Amino acid sequence: MNVETAKTNKPRKNAFVMFIHKMGSPPWFYNFTGKFIPWFWAIFIVLTVWGLYLGLVKAPADYLQGESFRILYIHVPAAWMSLLIYISMAIMAFIALVWRIRIVEILAMTSAPIGAAFTIVTLAAGSLWGRPTWGTYWVWDARLTSELVLLFIYLGIIGLYNAIDEPRKAARAACLLALVGAVNLPIIHYSVKWWNTLHQGSSISLMGGSSIDTSMLWPLLIMAVATKFYYGANLLTRARVKLLEQDIRKAWVREVLKEKNG
Amino acid sequence: MSGQAVNASLSRAFFALVRRDILLAFRRRTELLFPVIFLMVVVSLFPLGIGPGPQLLARIAPGVIWIAALLATVISLDALFRSDFEDGTLEQFVISGHPLTLIALAKILSHWLVAGLPIVLLSPLLALWMNLPGESLGVMILTLAIGTPILSLIGSIGVGLTISLKRGGQLLSLLVFPLYVPILIIATAAVMAASDSLPYTQFLGLLTAGLITSVTLAPFAAAAALKISLS
Repeated sequence: MNVETAKTNKPRKNAFVMFIHKMGSPPWFYNFTGKFIPWFWAIFIVLTVWGLYLGLVKAPADYLQGESFRILYIHVPAAWMSLLIYISMAIMAFIALVWRIRIVEILAMTSAPIGAAFTIVTLAAGSLWGRPTWGTYWVWDARLTSELVLLFIYLGIIGLYNAIDEPRKAARAACLLALVGAVNLPIIHYSVKWWNTLHQGSSISLMGGSSIDTSMLWPLLIMAVATKFYYGANLLTRARVKLLEQDIRKAWVREVLKEKNG
Repeated sequence: MSGQAVNASLSRAFFALVRRDILLAFRRRTELLFPVIFLMVVVSLFPLGIGPGPQLLARIAPGVIWIAALLATVISLDALFRSDFEDGTLEQFVISGHPLTLIALAKILSHWLVAGLPIVLLSPLLALWMNLPGESLGVMILTLAIGTPILSLIGSIGVGLTISLKRGGQLLSLLVFPLYVPILIIATAAVMAASDSLPYTQFLGLLTAGLITSVTLAPFAAAAALKISLS
């Protein structure tokens, strides 16, 4: 059932609940997010340029790894995002399955390709970093291997979503798979970690003292924030396109297209 | 109906379904043999591809036999719900009033009896081919006995999700193999530990924990997947 038709005759709710309800309506969501997307892209670009300048130009070379450590400014934020996007996708998948909100289904499903892309970037940057550091492009080390399995799970979700013709059924099936994957991922992660150890220990922890110098840490944190804005911008852009695609025969889409075409 | 009567009718339905599925499987005996033959063929390819050196074979034996078991399970998985889905029996199950979770569990159990148990029974022969040391044979059989039900349980979720697709088989392997990774790691670690005369009971414990977890959770997920596929 459509969320927007279900709530018309109800008494006024508090502002937050109203906001959530409004976000469930495709035209409202489309217009509301449209205002944020340019800002998200702009913040992402500014932060990335700043972070990469600090990281690639200003930060001193590592005394052990030399210049190659700078790959970390791409590799580590991408690795964080690959996991964070999975968590966000799994939460949205849960919401989509329980409350059957179409927009959340779309958001969960458009998260998958972005997460997969970050996972590929992580793997590629990790391999490039591995060549000078370990002397080989690929090592079956614990973190690379769990990233690889994560990529396979992402690909499975994307594959299942695209294989089923009816979009809502496809989204619900893929959401369920995302949840099954979420239950399995910690198990996979720990079994793989235990299976092999070669990577250097984690040197960034938010809780304890960091073993990394601040001039090297700042660019990393900036890049970490930049990738979040990239996710937000990319996700909303994709979700809006998907909404237009699915609602192509509805009146609000025709209005939007009329406005666009003048 | 009183609670006891409901329980009795549930268990009756469960065992009736298991009995029916096994009966159906045995009426098609050649199909029953496909996964077993497949398993033997795949394992026999390894000595041909790698060379018959007994020590090398013994080293890779646990991995080879387990990977072949994964492949054979995935091949047989498609039969789990396929015929019931195509002739509409599955829809009758849904409207029968019995919980779909229980029906899924019954189907999974009969699938394991038909496709998983033969793998366990065949493993001594495969171990012989792969020159697996005698002392680790028992552990190999144990890991397969505990591990193959997990494969059927996790696989049932994948089958439930892909059943409405005409060619779900290829997608199915993409969906379930990543989920099989921990089982493969733990099971082969147990056999390798036994080959090196190291303690292995902790791995069997982990595997059993995996079995208990998947028995409790997987039927619910499989039922949810089937409901989505039937909608």
